[in-house]
Amino acid sequence: MSAFASHYTYWITVLLMAAGLFIVVARGNLVKKLIGLSIFQTSVYLLYIAPGKLIGGTAPILSAAFKVYSNPLPHVLILTAIVVGIATLALGLAIVVRIREAYGSIEEDEIVAADRASGDRA
Amino acid sequence: MIQEHLPALQVVVPLAAAPLIVLLRHAGIAWALAVAASLCAFGASLALALEVARAGPISYAMGNWPPPWGIEYRVDALSAFVLVLVSAVGALVAPYARRSVAAELPREQHYLYYAVHCLCLAGLLGMTITGDAFNLFVFMEIASLSMYVLIALGRDRRALLAAYQYLILGTIGATFYVIGVGLLYLATGTLNIADLAARLPEAQATRAVLAALAFITVGVSLKLALFPLHLWLPNAYAYAPSAATAFLAATATKVSVYVLLRFYFTVFGAPLVVDALPVPQILIGLSAIAIVSASLVALWQTDFKRLLAYSSVAQIGYITLGIGMATRDGLTAAVVHLFNHGITKGALFLLVGGVALRAGGVDFGRLRGLGRRMPLTSLGVTLAGLSLIGVPGTAGFVSKWYLVLGALEAGQAWLAALVVLTSLIAVAYVWRFVEAAYLSEPEPGAPSGEAPLSMLVPSWVLVGACLWFGLDTSYTVEGARRAAALMLGNAP
Repeated sequence: MSAFASHYTYWITVLLMAAGLFIVVARGNLVKKLIGLSIFQTSVYLLYIAPGKLIGGTAPILSAAFKVYSNPLPHVLILTAIVVGIATLALGLAIVVRIREAYGSIEEDEIVAADRASGDRA
Repeated sequence: MIQEHLPALQVVVPLAAAPLIVLLRHAGIAWALAVAASLCAFGASLALALEVARAGPISYAMGNWPPPWGIEYRVDALSAFVLVLVSAVGALVAPYARRSVAAELPREQHYLYYAVHCLCLAGLLGMTITGDAFNLFVFMEIASLSMYVLIALGRDRRALLAAYQYLILGTIGATFYVIGVGLLYLATGTLNIADLAARLPEAQATRAVLAALAFITVGVSLKLALFPLHLWLPNAYAYAPSAATAFLAATATKVSVYVLLRFYFTVFGAPLVVDALPVPQILIGLSAIAIVSASLVALWQTDFKRLLAYSSVAQIGYITLGIGMATRDGLTAAVVHLFNHGITKGALFLLVGGVALRAGGVDFGRLRGLGRRMPLTSLGVTLAGLSLIGVPGTAGFVSKWYLVLGALEAGQAWLAALVVLTSLIAVAYVWRFVEAAYLSEPEPGAPSGEAPLSMLVPSWVLVGACLWFGLDTSYTVEGARRAAALMLGNAP
């Protein structure tokens, strides 16, 4: 198998990473930015989990029948990271709801313009 | 028994206080619990620092799982020093917050503020005490998420946008960090910091390790607001509630500096970071730009809180400048300034919170004649301002002195000149306060009267600390020297 094909999980990881980060930077919509952020975080889950899997490996069960084990630690780590990711997304969306209540918009340029207008009045 | 489990209690007490506060939902009880938890954390950190000074580093196996399999909590000269700073500021801000929060937040949010304060404290202490790279990420996110909430609690609607921007950048920073740790895990098969340090030399300088170093550098630099990754900081500090600003400014970026030091000098080691890669040159360059540009931007601010926020970016530049020198004196300066700037900025933001309470805001128009309207507060700001400049007899002078020594030791006289010259810009922006407070007539009908004692006393404790640690450097400089020796690998 070529190096490209045998490392396909890495390519997917890098693609997701770059796509997520690009959305965060390029989009002005606050919800879309958060979606980009989630994709970016998701790529890290893959970065951890994929190398822990051995082809033909089982869960680490102590038995004479199994010789090849997959590493369980990355799964545990990523379980934690998923919780962190959900908390971040939930908090981010909650802030966006309050921004919408305060500004009446979730487009970054409109919000910045609203702030500038109120700054001029003050 | 308690002594034995102090490293765990250090984090667990504030962490457990937070859900308790949310369950009880009563503002007064919430405040009392937050103060009690913060004081317990402070007591624990002092006891740990004494124990480390007496008997050397402490290793605590969480849940009795021996490292490197279980999570290790590790207290050494460097982490004990940072623990004391963070918990001391936490213990001062908690009692201060009662009046400030009562004035700035709607009543139904008071208990939430204290819950988040405890969570943030637990997160920051956890980041400092843990000896596990992934556990550090979890605590970093606990601290960061609670910081976003603290900032979003600000009265101004711009606080929401500041919190959102910080959330985006902070999460990118934390994710970069965790990518770096993941690469290190792939290269070494361990997450324990001491174990990583022992195993990295075998994997030395493979591309994965170098990429890990790059990811961790960028991620942590976002958190500590190194130029040009500081853009989240001014708005976050300017619009957060006063008590939150004081707490974050004095601790959050400092703990991130600690993480950077830990990874550069414990995990990767000076031979790779300092000798083989141009990290010091990059750090020194960025720090120099941060110091000059942020100081100049600070000069033109119309709001005193924003001015102090930009000044923070510049002061963080001094800390990273010390790291960039990577000599014994340079690192001593970085660690001393981490502490001294923490107490100085803490004092300033606490006093500014008192002004905000009485005058309703801290733009320079409202500061006019403050010397007569709030004499004690104005005197405090002026004294802490002197420490910010680095006038002899204040804590700020000690850090600048070691920075200049470090620059000369590294044979970079221009850095010494930079440190001295940029202090003049600090003179200019502190002078703007002095001019407004003492040399301008108050506007007719401007509110007068000191901040309540519960706010004035914690502020003045920190102002007193700025002066005390300017005269008696035995704790700060000795502590920093031990930490620097530890980092450069010739611990006594």
